[in-house]
Amino acid sequence: MSDEYEYRHEVEELEGRSATAARLFDVRRIIGGLFVIYGIIVTIAGVTASEADLRKAEDININLWTGVCMLVLGLLFLLWMKLRPLPAPHPAPEQGPARPGDDASEGP
Amino acid sequence: MRSLAAGLRLPTNALDYTILILYFAVVLGVGFAARRSVKTSLDFFLSGRSLPAWVTGLAFVAANLGALEILGMAANGAQYGVYTVHWYWVGAIPAMVFLGLVMMPFYYGSKVRSVPEFLLHRYGPSSHLLSSIIFSVASVLIAGVNLYAMAIVVEALLGWPQWVAIVVAGLFVLAYITLGGLSSAIYNEVLQFFVILAALIPLTIVGLKRVGGFGGLKDSLEASHGPNFTSAWGGTGIGSDNPLGANWLTIVLGLGFCLSFGYWTTNFAEVQRALSAKNLSAAQRTPLIAAFPKMFIPLIVVVPGLIALVLAPGIGSTKSGLQYNDAIPLLMSELLPNGVLGVAVTGLLAAFMAGMAANVSSFNTVFTNDIWRAYIRRGRADEYYLLTGRVVTAIGVVAGMGTAFIASSFSNIMNYLQTLFSFFNVPLFCVFIIGMFWRRATAPAGFWGLLSGTVAAMINYFWLYKAGVISIPSDQGANFVSAIVAFVVGGVVMVAITPFTRPKPERSLAGLVYGTTAPGLAEPAAPGDEAWYRRPALLGWSAIVLAALCYIPFSL
Repeated sequence: MSDEYEYRHEVEELEGRSATAARLFDVRRIIGGLFVIYGIIVTIAGVTASEADLRKAEDININLWTGVCMLVLGLLFLLWMKLRPLPAPHPAPEQGPARPGDDASEGP
Repeated sequence: MRSLAAGLRLPTNALDYTILILYFAVVLGVGFAARRSVKTSLDFFLSGRSLPAWVTGLAFVAANLGALEILGMAANGAQYGVYTVHWYWVGAIPAMVFLGLVMMPFYYGSKVRSVPEFLLHRYGPSSHLLSSIIFSVASVLIAGVNLYAMAIVVEALLGWPQWVAIVVAGLFVLAYITLGGLSSAIYNEVLQFFVILAALIPLTIVGLKRVGGFGGLKDSLEASHGPNFTSAWGGTGIGSDNPLGANWLTIVLGLGFCLSFGYWTTNFAEVQRALSAKNLSAAQRTPLIAAFPKMFIPLIVVVPGLIALVLAPGIGSTKSGLQYNDAIPLLMSELLPNGVLGVAVTGLLAAFMAGMAANVSSFNTVFTNDIWRAYIRRGRADEYYLLTGRVVTAIGVVAGMGTAFIASSFSNIMNYLQTLFSFFNVPLFCVFIIGMFWRRATAPAGFWGLLSGTVAAMINYFWLYKAGVISIPSDQGANFVSAIVAFVVGGVVMVAITPFTRPKPERSLAGLVYGTTAPGLAEPAAPGDEAWYRRPALLGWSAIVLAALCYIPFSL
């Protein structure tokens, strides 16, 4: 039955018209940005921690530690994005077998 | 899940709420920003099959790391002890590796857009429609469970009335998925994964310090519950009594094979994340990449459950007023100061929303492509189906809000969920795996196998177990047995029916059965994919070895 193969061509055709690869922003920017902001907020909470807070968390200044770690994580994401940016979007590919894996390096 | 203990109200303040509101704003922003990239139905339902492996891999594990998983597995930790690790190391890793190494070439290479669509091409329209309907119903039920559980938790912790929580969360999910489709859902899942880590890691660290480290934890638990409580396999001989109500055989076959493979290899909410990857190598690596964080999640989910048991020894008993589900909320209120507390509340809410979003995004895909487009309104332009997908999303969310109230009648939601899985996931997996490896399996065999497996699991649960015809010590034990029953009955029916029915022509099975390849679709490897750390076999086998090694400290 030929329509069993037609759906594959239909998907390939949709892949050709798809805009995700070209226009979807880099998620690393969001993760990096949010965690930098969270890191700053929570670090400030940690720096201004009260005695009661410290006693609650077993004398670990957990706000300070968590805040700094989040800040570092956020910066790492932004650094990664700088060092390995998403490749520039390709023009729409010509007809033929779809090769969605064409672009060069992305993350691991 | 009945209401949490009144005393668990969290001391949240403006700082915590700032953190929460910031998160909601970002989530909505992601939805708006992702909307630009949605031009075709493929973009909306499968992100155009364009996402990198690290994104799909983290989304894969995050879609499973919903709040039900977090609260529920911590509850299991408090109730069953170290046995809970079985849900991870034997009950997830092997299945995830199998999906990546063995099944993904068929899923991705055949270019199907959903799991039921695979059944359409492998068997025929009857199996396709049956599995699509079953999946749609199950998705809406599960989305409702997520919503209701969230409303209960939010009411206890923050004081919001239940209906407010349901409506607010439902509307947020509705907004960002309708706008940005799967890309929105996936990006928010990846974000949620990191927020959850930022919430649970501090919780575990402070908790461990409170109970005297791992050594102190182990000593306290062995003193109160005996040595088997902190071992993975102790007390699981056949016929022995243990709180899980299972033995090593039902654990390995029922949980480790039937339930686990049924969920990870055919649950479209998960598989959809892999199908959105940019090429076959990325699709294969998706569950493999996910296996590594999954393996270590017990450290931040099960251990808090154990800690809660030490801090509140009466948890789970009626006189303490604390249920097992209260384990993580208890630790949050006891151990975390404002700031990290806000992150924890955000993480929990994010996890609930992401769990619901995963179900809604897979529901809208199956309903639009496999029911509406295949059988109700065929042959329209792609833009029509894109619009339909958006409308169906809204309907799915509203229906989910409705089914939230069905969930309220179950006292342990984890058990309810696993029961649903044994009814809905396992028969599908049985029919799938037999069809994938046995060319001769015919279309009618697929349909009747699916139906009979589902019915058999229900009969086992409702009639044999609930009515006491056979005795199984616990609900979870019964779920493991139902899973085995579903698989065996489905398989037997398929084998029995096949010889009497006409097989499908060999040509039509190309790319759908082991040992064949899809015609003309061999993809050249993308540059960079031969790197050693991108080899699926290496990743897969390392995950299995590592998971086996994880058992060692708990088996000596």
